[in-house]
Amino acid sequence: MQPKLSMQLQCPMPKLDFEVITLGHGSGGLLTNQLLESGVFNILNNEILAQKHDGAILPITGQIAFTTDSFVISPLFFPNSNIGELAIHGTLNDLAMCGAIPQYLSLSFILEEGLTMEELWEILLAIKVATEKAGIQIVTGDTKVVEKGKGDKIFINTAGIGTLHPKAQISLQRIKPNDAIIISGSIANHGIAIMSVREGLTFETTLQSDTKALHHATKILLDHFGEQIHLLKDPTRGGVAAVLNEVARDAKIGIELHQKYIPIAEQVEGACEILGLDPLYVANEGIFISIVDEKIANDYLELLKSLPEGKEAAIIGKVVEQHPKQVVLNSQIGGKRVVNMPIGEQLPRIC
Amino acid sequence: MKYITEYRNPEWVEKYIHKLNQITTQTWTIMEVCGGQTHSLVKNGLLSMLPQKVQMVHGPGCPVCVTPLHLIDKAVYLAQQPNVILCSFGDMLRVPGSQKSLLEAKAQGAEVRILYSPLEAVQLAKENPQKEVVFFAVGFETTAPANALSVLHAQRQGITNYSILASHVLVPPAMEAVMQDETATIQGFLAAGHVCTIMGLSEYEPIVQRYQIPIVVTGFEPVDLLEGIYKVVQQLEQGKAHLENQYSRVVKPEGNPEARKIMAQVFEICDREWRGIGTIPKSGYALRPELALYDADQKFEITLEKAQESSECIAGQVLKGIKKPHQCSQFGKKCTPITPLGAPMVSSEGACAAYYHFAQTKEETESIITQ
Repeated sequence: MQPKLSMQLQCPMPKLDFEVITLGHGSGGLLTNQLLESGVFNILNNEILAQKHDGAILPITGQIAFTTDSFVISPLFFPNSNIGELAIHGTLNDLAMCGAIPQYLSLSFILEEGLTMEELWEILLAIKVATEKAGIQIVTGDTKVVEKGKGDKIFINTAGIGTLHPKAQISLQRIKPNDAIIISGSIANHGIAIMSVREGLTFETTLQSDTKALHHATKILLDHFGEQIHLLKDPTRGGVAAVLNEVARDAKIGIELHQKYIPIAEQVEGACEILGLDPLYVANEGIFISIVDEKIANDYLELLKSLPEGKEAAIIGKVVEQHPKQVVLNSQIGGKRVVNMPIGEQLPRIC
Repeated sequence: MKYITEYRNPEWVEKYIHKLNQITTQTWTIMEVCGGQTHSLVKNGLLSMLPQKVQMVHGPGCPVCVTPLHLIDKAVYLAQQPNVILCSFGDMLRVPGSQKSLLEAKAQGAEVRILYSPLEAVQLAKENPQKEVVFFAVGFETTAPANALSVLHAQRQGITNYSILASHVLVPPAMEAVMQDETATIQGFLAAGHVCTIMGLSEYEPIVQRYQIPIVVTGFEPVDLLEGIYKVVQQLEQGKAHLENQYSRVVKPEGNPEARKIMAQVFEICDREWRGIGTIPKSGYALRPELALYDADQKFEITLEKAQESSECIAGQVLKGIKKPHQCSQFGKKCTPITPLGAPMVSSEGACAAYYHFAQTKEETESIITQ
């Protein structure tokens, strides 16, 4: 078990008059001020935030990408990460998938009465570390408190702005037959890590979430391959299956996958067997799928594999003219099946 | 993953496909009884690899699919009671009742929990003495021992706020029902491996004799299934009808007597209604009368009118193998996994859902297979 971030960073929680969040912390009065000053502003301090405007004034020129995402994950803390880090990485990665270099983020909390300051502190520290590693700033935000029972401890929303990479030309319309489909790492780690905490399953070693920021890797890849990268996607909710089905449907192309090339950790595969889940539909938070010109596929893979985010990268399939709007998987044993859009949440099977 | 990956070896798969192609001289119709086998056939793309003359028909062995409508209504009714926590295996939640599914009841505020084991439900009852915890005990002979054990555990610990809503069904009577249907065309069975792990082999010999039909007890991995199919076809081609055990690494001829002892302590055999098929005599388990305290059906006063199945759903014919899912006029149209008319479209083990996930139409299936 890793020590808490507050221990690792030697960032002790400030001495406050309260141990838990109450409705008063969202009132806009003294309690709100105390929470923001001692917590948010101190820990996430930067020049723009320090101006304490109602909004942030940002020095940006050129084309920008803009995205937003909300985080409601339960449990809040899971092996290798917590909701705070996830909230930063999620929005950074959405910007990265647009071919943008993330610059600024907003951060909003909806806190439920009863959340402990210790929990909030751990989450804030994770946010601080994630933003520093990513080289971005949090420039505006908001905190609201809801009554006990009206939330689930903490909900986080982040929005982000990034400047477009000058060579990026990422769009569904640019996908064409024979494009290679490349995945940056092994699948289903995040979803299974969360599920094993929820279900109280233990394995020989702890399954860890793969959450990580991907924009350093996508920037290097765009520097090298520019417009030959046709699409970038991070297979979060619904997993690889949902993302590739969206691509096939919206670009009106067929996708052919080879199960034997799709990287998956043995433990994760085993956990999926036990839980009765299909790893193709399980969420990821630290990998991305690239659809690139077939001519650069091998060079792209080689560069990606040399980056820390892409050590386990693999070419897993290609774009085809046949079966438009459908994803077809060549199974491990040589059979074929359609990989459909998931219906809702995956439900474990009886036996 | 040892003892699993070996049975997913592409070389062995190829070998069995080759052997099957060599021995198959005419069309044979074989039913895989268990929903887990259907799921594996589809998930691994095996249906696209079999010789065209080997026709697989997907049997009634999906517990989710055969749980009757009024029992789902009962589960929903119980879940909606203010002091009840209803626990269930995951894939029962999406099955439509006459008004709503458990998932919809949950969204409207009912306390519904997904569990992996009924023993967790007993624990939940212990932790919530002011609540009634009901476990929706669905399944074949495979899940019956654990469900029975949960009742014994509750009894031993003096827990009185735990009960089960039993919907247990048995495989051999269903196989007989399939054979007795005049329109059925089944020529061989893959019997359900995990059911036989509990029950052993003896129940199947009489069916082999009575209907002169080959039965091969079969596992769930691709090589298991192919070996099972191969053994059935081999018998059919030689004009034989025997009981064989392909899954001998797991299934002992005598089954698991300990598990059966526990089942006998808790359950007795009863007539059961099967969704889409109707009532099959002596085809299920009910709680013994002396355990009425643990029988949700008796513990709670449930006054519900018995709802009628959708007349457009041909689930019964699909479960008996008379029709394939895509031969239904509503398949992929009015009936999809989002808006299922019947249960086989819900569970990933259900034949209709399996076909839907494989390809929406017969044409699409064929175009993909024959590419």
